[in-house]
Amino acid sequence: MASSHGTPPVFNNKVISWIDHRLPIFSYIEKEYHTFPTPRNFNYFWNFGAIATVMLVLMIATGVVLATNYTPHVLMAFDSVERIDRDVPQGWLMRDLHMNGASFFFIAVYIHIFRGMYYGSYKAPRELLWILGVVIFLLMMATAFMGYVLPWGQMSFWGATVITNLFSAIPVVGDSIVTWLWGGFSVDNPTLNRFFALHYLLPFVIVAVVALHVVALHVHGSNNPLGIDPKGPQDTVPFHPYYTMKDGFGVVVFLIVFAGFAFFAPDYMGHPDNYVPANPLVTPEHIVPEWYFLPYYAILRAVPDKLGGVIAMFGAIAVLFVLPWLDTSRVRSASFRPIYKWFMLVLVVDVIVLGFCGANPPAGFWIPLSQVATLYYFFHFLVLLPILGKIERPLPLPPSIADAVLKNKAG
Amino acid sequence: MRTLPMKKLLVSGAIALAAFSAAAAAIAAGTVEQPPRKSWHFEGPFGTYDRAAAQRGYQVYAEVCAACHSLSLLAYRNLMELGLTENQVKGLIKDIEVPDLNDDGQPIDRPARLSDRFKKPFPNELAAAAANNGKAPPDLSVMVKARANGPDYLHGLLTGYVPYDKLTPQQIKEYAVTKDDNFNKYFPGHKIAMAPPLADDKVTYADGTKSTSDQQASDIVEFLAWASEPHMEDRKRTGVRVILFLLAMAGFMYAIKRMVWSDKH
Repeated sequence: MASSHGTPPVFNNKVISWIDHRLPIFSYIEKEYHTFPTPRNFNYFWNFGAIATVMLVLMIATGVVLATNYTPHVLMAFDSVERIDRDVPQGWLMRDLHMNGASFFFIAVYIHIFRGMYYGSYKAPRELLWILGVVIFLLMMATAFMGYVLPWGQMSFWGATVITNLFSAIPVVGDSIVTWLWGGFSVDNPTLNRFFALHYLLPFVIVAVVALHVVALHVHGSNNPLGIDPKGPQDTVPFHPYYTMKDGFGVVVFLIVFAGFAFFAPDYMGHPDNYVPANPLVTPEHIVPEWYFLPYYAILRAVPDKLGGVIAMFGAIAVLFVLPWLDTSRVRSASFRPIYKWFMLVLVVDVIVLGFCGANPPAGFWIPLSQVATLYYFFHFLVLLPILGKIERPLPLPPSIADAVLKNKAG
Repeated sequence: MRTLPMKKLLVSGAIALAAFSAAAAAIAAGTVEQPPRKSWHFEGPFGTYDRAAAQRGYQVYAEVCAACHSLSLLAYRNLMELGLTENQVKGLIKDIEVPDLNDDGQPIDRPARLSDRFKKPFPNELAAAAANNGKAPPDLSVMVKARANGPDYLHGLLTGYVPYDKLTPQQIKEYAVTKDDNFNKYFPGHKIAMAPPLADDKVTYADGTKSTSDQQASDIVEFLAWASEPHMEDRKRTGVRVILFLLAMAGFMYAIKRMVWSDKH
C-alpha cells in the first residue's frame, strides 16, 4: 500500500495495539479509510463506487440465504423458488431484494462506468484500475446471466439456450464447446447444476477483483471532477469523516429508490414469461434478456452473420479494455474538453437507443436503427476518441483543486 | 457553480433510465388488443386484497375452473389467509378426496386435510392433455404474474369471448375461424382452446352478490391475484416502514454531512 501518507497511528486500546503489532489491520483501516487524502471536490457521481459495493454485499447476503432454500433441479427449481416466496419466513423479502438488487447493482455500475468515462478516470496512471473494473463488469454479467437461469422459467430456459448457443458460431470447435457448456446435448439438468455452482462461486471472485480494484485505487488516489492531481493538503480532505458521510448519505438515497422498486413494483423489471415454468417444447414469442443486457443483445443481432454478431457483442466490451489507449487526449475531465463532452453524451444516448433496439423484435426499422447505433458505438471508441484527442483544443485547466473550489464559491 | 450541470445530468440520466425500462416493459407487453383498464382493490402502494371478492373468487375456482386447472402451489391451509376460520376451510374441503398411499403402499383416496396442496384435476400432464384436445390447461398458481398486465388481461380474457355469429366475415376469414372454435378478443391469435367458462348465474354467491359473468371474472382475478402473491400486503407494509426509516436516516445523514463539511465549503 502507498506509504506516502502519515506516520503509523498509535492506538490507546491495548488489545488493538497488540493485534495491530502482529496483524496491521487497524493501521490499514486508519490509513486507507480514515486519513486517506481524497480530493475535496467530488460531486455525487463519486458515490457510485460505494453504492456498488453495498449492492454487492447485499446480493451476497441475500443470495446465500436463498441458496440454502433453493433446489437446482429442472423438475423442482421453479417450485422451490415459489416455496421460498410463499413458505420460507421472510423468503419473499430475500427474493425481492435479490432479484431487484441485480438490476440496481447494474444501475449503480453503469453510472459508475459513465462517471469514469466522462471524467477520464481511466487515464494514466489509472489504466489497470479501469481494466480491473471492466473485469468486474464482465464477471457481473456472467453472474447475472446464470442467476436469471436459476428460477427455471421460460425466459431462464430460452435465454440460456440462446446465449450458450452463441458459442456454436465459433468455427470447427463451436458445437463441441456448446455440448461441453451444457453438459449434454441440450440445456438440461447438468446445465442448471453448473450454472448454480458458478452463480454461487463468481460473486466471491468479484469480491476478490473488487479488492484489487480498491488496492489499485489507493495507489494514486481517486480522480476528481476537474481531472487534475491534488498538489497538496489544501486540495484534499481525509476520507473519514468527509467522504464516509457523503457516501453514506448517497447510499441511503440510492436505497430509497431501490426499496421503492423492491417493495412496490418487484416484478417491474422482470419478464412475465419467467413465471411460466420452463418448457423446452414451447418457444416464447420474443426471447429477451434482462434489461441490463439489452444494448449488447442489440449489437449481437445487428450483425446479419452469427459469428460476426458474437464478435461484435464481445468486441463491444473488449473495446473498453483498451479505452485508456484509444483516448489520446491528455486532459482527463470532459469539463475541459468542449467537443468530447458532447460526444460522451451522444454515446449515452446511443447506448440507450441500442437498449430499445434490443427490447424490440428485430424487424422493420429496428434493424437499420440497431445497425446504425452499433456502428456509432464502435465509431466512438475506435475513430472518434483517437482523433479527438489530437484535434480538440481543451479549455485551460485551473491551477489547483483548492483554487477552483474557492473561486467557485466566490463566484 | 460547476457542480450544478452535473446534478442536472444525474437527474436526467435517472429519468432516461426510468423511461427506458418503462418502454422496455411496454414493448414486452406485445401488440394484441389491450383489455379494458379495470381498477383493482389490490393496486397501488397501499392496496389490499378484497377478502370478500377473493372468497367469492375461490368459489368460482372450486365450482368452475378446478374442473380443468390445477392450483398446485397452494395448500388448503392458505385459504385461512383470506379471512376464513379453520372450521370454515374444513367445511369447504370436506367433500374433497385426494390421492395418497396407505400403509401397505397401495393407492387410496382419503379426505383432504388442511396441509394438503390443492387437488389437481388430472393425475398428470399427459392425462390433462389427453382430456383437452392435446394441450394441458395451465396451472393458475402464478397466472396473474405470468401475463403482462395480468389482472386486466385475465378479466378481459374471461369476458372477451365473441360468439361465432357475432364475428365479422373479415375476422372469420383472417383468423380462419370455424363454428367449433372459440374466438377471444384478447387472446394472442384469438382462437383459444378454452370454451367460455363463465356465464351469468353460473355460480350462486352466498353473500347475495349478483352473479354476472363480469362479477365472476373480477372475483376470480381477485382470488388468483392473491394466489400468485399471498404475501403482497406484508410486502407493502414492510415497504412503507423501510422507506420511512430510510427517509429519516437520509435526513440525519444529510444534516451530519452538512455539519462535517461546513468548514470546507
